[in-house]
Amino acid sequence: MRALWKLTLIGAKLYLREPVAAFFTIVYAPMMLILFGSIYGNTPSPLFGGRGTIDISVPAYIGLIIVTVGLMSVPIAVATRREAGVLRRYHATPLRPVIYLTADVLVYFGMTLLGVVFLILTGRIGYNVHFDGNWVSVLVGFSLGTLSFFAFGFLIAGLAPTARIAQTVGMVIAFPMMFLSGATIPLEVLPATVRELARLIPLTYVVTLLRGLWAGEAWSEHLTEVVVLVGLLVVGTAISAKTFRWE
Amino acid sequence: MDTIVQVEGLCKTYGATVAVDEISFEVQEGEIFGMVGPNGAGKTTTIECIEGLRRPEGGSLRVLGLDPQADGYDLRARIGVQLQESSLPDRLKVWEALDLFASFYRRSVDWRSLLDQLGLADKCSAPFGKLSGGQKQRLFIALALLNDPELIFFDELTTGLDPQARRAMWDMVRDTRARGKTVFLTTHFMEEAERLCDRVAIMDHGHIVALDTPEQLIRSLGAESRVVFSIEGDFASESLSESLQVLATVSRVEHAGERVIVYGKGDTLVGEVVNALTSRGTRFRDLRTEQPTLEDVFLTLTGREMRD
Repeated sequence: MRALWKLTLIGAKLYLREPVAAFFTIVYAPMMLILFGSIYGNTPSPLFGGRGTIDISVPAYIGLIIVTVGLMSVPIAVATRREAGVLRRYHATPLRPVIYLTADVLVYFGMTLLGVVFLILTGRIGYNVHFDGNWVSVLVGFSLGTLSFFAFGFLIAGLAPTARIAQTVGMVIAFPMMFLSGATIPLEVLPATVRELARLIPLTYVVTLLRGLWAGEAWSEHLTEVVVLVGLLVVGTAISAKTFRWE
Repeated sequence: MDTIVQVEGLCKTYGATVAVDEISFEVQEGEIFGMVGPNGAGKTTTIECIEGLRRPEGGSLRVLGLDPQADGYDLRARIGVQLQESSLPDRLKVWEALDLFASFYRRSVDWRSLLDQLGLADKCSAPFGKLSGGQKQRLFIALALLNDPELIFFDELTTGLDPQARRAMWDMVRDTRARGKTVFLTTHFMEEAERLCDRVAIMDHGHIVALDTPEQLIRSLGAESRVVFSIEGDFASESLSESLQVLATVSRVEHAGERVIVYGKGDTLVGEVVNALTSRGTRFRDLRTEQPTLEDVFLTLTGREMRD
């Protein structure tokens, strides 16, 4: 237990010492919110079912933070540490892989949550964002989306032969996802063909689920999202467990 | 003395390459055991199989009475490992690394005193990425000693270190042994193996080609002494060679410009060479003799061609 605690604590410190990762996890989404908030404000719009831009952007940007950590931070960090020989050093101790991986997931989860808290605070303080859902539901939905994308990220790191490839693959997948899933630009304002395309993108399901739960919709209305994300979580975890290697 | 490491018929291949080919040896408790060999001879593979980090294809291994594959976690709780290639995150501070690794063991020594012993106390808050090569190496040694291990592995301990640091490492290894530990090291510095090790295994192409104390290895080879000198003035080198070659103790003569190297055996070699030179009236300077070293043994057994 002491090893798990120390690994998590040090992992969090190391994460925050990496300026790029810290920026994209904690600063980027609130910054976008302020940017679009200053353009559109939070006036209710019929396009968003009587909600304002900020009301739909806050839950959507949670998806943005999730994809940034899951598909950029995770594959880069995991593959880089493996390639540099950091994992070899751990392997030469009695540390068990499950402890190491649990700590890693806890760190990324905590960092994602930290980014989300900053985002919500920005929306709350700056634009008085409306929240019609249930916090527990949103937290559960957030956890499902986050863990699915971590599994996706570990899968990329596990399959990529080198850190450079892991980084490239993560970015190539992450960037189009950000813009085609409704995470950055609401799907409502995108053309129908893009909306069709969005259904093939896993992040769409995170954004749709979180926007729905945020607006107080029931889980029964989002069974498709749950099935897709649980599927991603199971497949990603299975493949990353199989492909995990210390070096 | 008890056998602490027992290797029997160890085999390991990577694809079509046979890295280790059925080697057998034992390491006794309390000794400094060295493994030398050219790059790619199979030293690191052997050591990493013993540590349980690699799975051998054949043979049996017992280390501290444990099977490194089946009881890997128990084994690594009791051994200290300094890997030839490993790293830590650049932004991890020295004290954080020690504090973190200490948490992996049920019992650990006070890492502050380790830092003092290894001369790293003033680097306590320095990030790993800012340490020099020698400092990184010392940190890795501190990590290897953290659990007060019974058996410690040093893989290429002094590679990349300057002569001062290298000698400090030798002292550290001797201290470790003096505290009752067993040391298993690999090196490609023959001088290091000769000065430090109680017994040395010479590895080449996945085989152990010789295993004994450094003194015995040198003696068993019956290696030749060398008399080296420079000659002055004009002379016919052919005739010089001939007049030295006829001496009973001399086996061969080499020339390189002014430099002459005479190979031979026996205590009278130097005297006979000097006599011959004086009686010929050849003027010479900078004469010295060189005794065979472990390096000669090594080169004789593993050949002189360049390796990758």
